[in-house]
Amino acid sequence: MLKLVTKNVGIENSHTLSVARSHGAYSRLEAAFAMTPEALTAEVIKSNLRGLGGAGFPAGRKWSFLPKDSPKPRYLVVNGDEGEPGTCKDKIIMIHDPHLLIEGIIITCWAIQSHKAFIYIRGEYDLPVEHVEQAIVEAKAAGILGETVMGHDFALDIVVHRGAGAYICGEETALLESLEGKRGWPRLKPPFPAVEGYMRCPTVVNNVETLSYVPYVVEMGAQPFADLGSERNGGLRMYSISGRVNRPGVYELPMGTPLREMIYDHAQGVTGGRALKAVIPGGSSAPILTPDEIDVPMDFDSLAKRGTMLGSAGVIVFDETVSMVEALKVIIRFYAHESCGQCTPCREGTAWLEKIVERILDLGGRPGDVDNMLRISRNIMGNTICPFGDGAALPVVSCVTKFRPEFEAWVRRGQPVTTLPVREAHIGEPVAAV
Amino acid sequence: MPKITIDDRPIEVASGTTIIQAADTLGLFIPHYCYHPGLPVAGSCRMCLVEVEKAPKLQIACYTFVTDVMVVRTTTPQVATARAAILEFLLANHPLDCPVCDQAGECKLQEFYMQFGRYDSTLLEDKTKKHKQLPVGPHIMLDSERCILCSRCTRFVDDITHTHELGIFNRGVHSELLPVDGAAVDNAYSGCLADVCPVGALTDRDFRFKVRVWYLDKTDSVCHGCARGCNIEIHTNRRRNHHNDGKLIARYKPRFNAQVNGYWMCDAGRYSYKQIESPDRFLQPRVRGADGRVQVCDWSTALAAVDESVTRAIAAHGVSSAAVIATPDLSNEELWAVRRLCRDGMKIPTVACRCPADPRGVEDNLLRKADTFPNSFGAQRILEATTESELTVASVLQAAASGRIRLLFVLGGGLTERVDPAHLQQALAQVDLVVAIQSHHSILTDLATMALPASTYAETEGTITNFTGQVQRYWPAIPPLEESKPLLDILAQLANRWELPFTPREPELCFAELAGQVEYFAGLSYRVLGWEGVNPSQRTTSKSTA
Repeated sequence: MLKLVTKNVGIENSHTLSVARSHGAYSRLEAAFAMTPEALTAEVIKSNLRGLGGAGFPAGRKWSFLPKDSPKPRYLVVNGDEGEPGTCKDKIIMIHDPHLLIEGIIITCWAIQSHKAFIYIRGEYDLPVEHVEQAIVEAKAAGILGETVMGHDFALDIVVHRGAGAYICGEETALLESLEGKRGWPRLKPPFPAVEGYMRCPTVVNNVETLSYVPYVVEMGAQPFADLGSERNGGLRMYSISGRVNRPGVYELPMGTPLREMIYDHAQGVTGGRALKAVIPGGSSAPILTPDEIDVPMDFDSLAKRGTMLGSAGVIVFDETVSMVEALKVIIRFYAHESCGQCTPCREGTAWLEKIVERILDLGGRPGDVDNMLRISRNIMGNTICPFGDGAALPVVSCVTKFRPEFEAWVRRGQPVTTLPVREAHIGEPVAAV
Repeated sequence: MPKITIDDRPIEVASGTTIIQAADTLGLFIPHYCYHPGLPVAGSCRMCLVEVEKAPKLQIACYTFVTDVMVVRTTTPQVATARAAILEFLLANHPLDCPVCDQAGECKLQEFYMQFGRYDSTLLEDKTKKHKQLPVGPHIMLDSERCILCSRCTRFVDDITHTHELGIFNRGVHSELLPVDGAAVDNAYSGCLADVCPVGALTDRDFRFKVRVWYLDKTDSVCHGCARGCNIEIHTNRRRNHHNDGKLIARYKPRFNAQVNGYWMCDAGRYSYKQIESPDRFLQPRVRGADGRVQVCDWSTALAAVDESVTRAIAAHGVSSAAVIATPDLSNEELWAVRRLCRDGMKIPTVACRCPADPRGVEDNLLRKADTFPNSFGAQRILEATTESELTVASVLQAAASGRIRLLFVLGGGLTERVDPAHLQQALAQVDLVVAIQSHHSILTDLATMALPASTYAETEGTITNFTGQVQRYWPAIPPLEESKPLLDILAQLANRWELPFTPREPELCFAELAGQVEYFAGLSYRVLGWEGVNPSQRTTSKSTA
C-alpha cells in the first residue's frame, strides 16, 4: 500500500536531518524552485489537494487569494494545534518526519512568496515541538533555511510557537490572535487571513498535514497525485481511527476509501466482534453516522452529501455496548469546556446542553428535555462568529435525532419510580436491555 | 452609493455603511448589546441578527456592510426566533435580580425581553456563580453575574481611554469580566463604563440605590466643568422627595454631540453635580452693617443697600476707581448683561474676565481641557470686544491691593480657586465696597461688603461657548435654590434702580440682543442653536473656503 507522509514512520531517528535526507527529504526543493510561484500554485490547485485541517478548502486556491499588489509582507502560518477529539495525525508527522513538514513549508513559501513562517503547535505536544525545533535548527545549520534557502536567492525563517492548550486556537483566526499574543478569540470575517491575517498582513494558514503533502505534489506531478484520491479530493490523507476497533491507529489511505473498509479491513473490525452502533467520521464535530450509513467514500464531498463531514478525519467507532447518552455527555462537556466565551449562543448554549445531559444521566430527566436539547442546538447553529458553534451543535442534533429512543429511555428513568437503578451499573450497558 | 432596502423601505447609503447604521438612518431600530456607535465593532452578542436575501444564514447587522441591491429583513419569523434565542441564552445564567438591581428601568435585558423575548423559560439548571458586588474602582461597581460579556467596557478602556484596566478572563460560560491584575478602574472617564454597560454589571457607585431611574426627569444641559462643555443630561428627582438623600439632582449623563464630546464625559464633570446642591451653596443675601457685622437680609434690603452704597461710592470717587471682575463661569447672556450694565450703563472702564490658570486643570487628548472655566471663549468675545488691551484679573487685584480701587464687583465663581487666598484677602481689604454676586460660599462672600446669592447653570437657562467656539444652550433643570436668583434678574433689578440701559431678564431675549451687538454671535438665536449648538468660527471658515 502506498504511503507518502507516513512513509518514514518507524525508521529509527527519522526526525534527524541525515536520516530524513537519506529517505528523500528536501529532494523536491530543486524541482519546486525551478517552477515559478504561479506555476507552482497552479500545480497544487490541479492536484486537488484539500485543506486537511478540517474545512477541506482547496489548498492551492487559498494561496491564490493573497492580494497581488499588497506592499505588506506575507506570512505562512502552519496550524499544528491539532485538537479535534479523535484526531492525532499531525503529531505523527511532527514527531517522525518534521523535515517533510519543513520541506512543504519551504515549497509553499516559495509559491506564496513568503519569507517567514510560523508553526503553531498545540501546547500539550512536547515531543512534536522538540522534534520540529530540532529539525529547524538542523535545517538552518545545513543552509536549508536562512538567508539563502539551498543556495537560492530566497530567504526563509521558521518560528515555532506553542499554544497554551485551547481548542479554539485551532480555528485559524483565533490562532492568529493567539500568535499575536492576544486572547484566542476568533475574528469577525471578512477580512479573511489571506487579506488581513497575522499582524493584519496577508497570511496563508494551512494544516501540518496539508503542507506535508505539498512535496509529493511536486514529486509526483499534479495529475498523478490527484488520481490517487477521488473526484476533487486529491491524494491520500491520514485517518485517525479510534474507539471500539481491534486495531486503532493512524492510517494513510486514499481519499474516498469507504468507511466500511476502514473499520472492518484496516482497523480489523469492532472490538470483541460486537455489533457496530455508530461512527463519528471526522472528529467529534462531525454528525454521527449509524451502521447503515457507513458505505460512504471518506472524502469531503461524499460525506457532505450525507449531511456529515470529513473534517479532520478522526474516525471514532462506537460498539453496541456504548451508551449514546454517555457518549454525548463526553462530547458536549468538551465543547462546553472549550467554548471561548466570545459570542453568546455558543458560550451559553454549550454549557446549557452539558447541564441537561448531565441531569438526564443523573436521573433528573424531564419530559421535553430531548426536544429542548434539539431546540438549543438549532439556536446555536449558524448564529455564531466561528464554526465552533456548529461543531458543538451538530453532533448533539445528529446523536439525539438518530438515537432518540435511548435518550427518551434515560429521561423516563428520571421520572419517579419505586427503585432507582444505580447509575454506574448502567454505564456501557446496552440501553435496549434496560 | 449602494441602494438597499430594509423591511421594504429603500435607502441609499455610502458604501462602508453597516446594516445597523443604514437602519438607524431610516429610524429602524435593530436590537443590539455589544454594538456601540462610539466603540469598535465586536460582533459578539449576536442580538442584531437580520435576514439578508441570498445569504445562507442570518447576518449580524453591526458588521455586515451594505452592498448594492441588498435586501434586508428584520421582522421575519427567523429573525424573531433568533432574537428570542439570544435573549434566552443571555438570561440563562443571569441572576434575574431586577428588584434589587440598580440598572432596572434602563436595562437592555429588561427592555429587549419585553420587546423581543417573551418566551417561557425552559431552564431547569443551576446558574453559574461569579463575583458579586465587586468595587473595581472609585466610581464603578461590578456584578459579574449580571454581565453579558458584550465587551463594551473592555473596548472602552482599550480603545477610548487606552488604560486597559478591564479584561475578560476564563473561558466559555465561566468567562468573567475582571480588572486586569487587580488594577483599579480609576481612569478619568471611568464613569462612562456605567453608561456603556447595557445591563446592571457595571453600575455607578455614586448613583447606586439613590433613586429608581423611572422617577427621574431629564433636562438637557452642558457641563460647566471645563472649556470643553460636554453635552449632558441632568437627571433630577422631583417625584420621590425621600429618595436621593432628599436632593433634586441625581446624576449627570453624557449626551451625544459629535462636535463636542461624542458619547463621553469625564468623571470630574460627571460628579460636579454635587456642587449644585452642596452645603457650600451661598443662598441668602448678606450685607455688612456699619458696625462691620454681617447680617442676613431679604432681597429688597440687600438691593437697596447695594443701590445706595454703590451710588455713594461712585459719587465720591468716580467710576475710574470702580472695577468689575466677571469670571468666565458666567453664561454668554450674563456676561452680556454685565457689559451692558457695568460698562455701557455705569461706564466702569475696568471690566476684567481673564483669570489666572486653574492649578487643578488637567488636559488630555480625549476631552478634558486645562481651562476649567466653561466660557472663556465667550467671555473674551463679549467683554474684550470693545477694549484694546486685555485686562487681567491679576492686574485688577494688584490695583486693588495698592488702594487704587474703591468699588469692586465680583461676579461669577472660580476666582478663589485660582488666586492665592492671602493675596485676595489683602487686595479686598483695601477696597471700600466689595459687591460679590456668588453662587457658592468662599472667602469672597465672607469678605464682601454685600453678597448676593446667584443661581447656578442647573437652575437657569443660557448659553456658553466652548474652547472651539461652539455656542451651546443649557436648560434649567431645577428651580433656583432658596433665595438665590438668576444673575440676569439681579442685574436687571439693579439697572432698573439706577435707570440704566435695561437688559432683558429672559435669557432668550438677552441672547437675541447679544447676537445683534457682538459680531461673533451674529445671526444666532436660541432657535438656531437647537440642541447641539452652533460653531460660528467653523461656519465662517467653511464659507470662506467655499
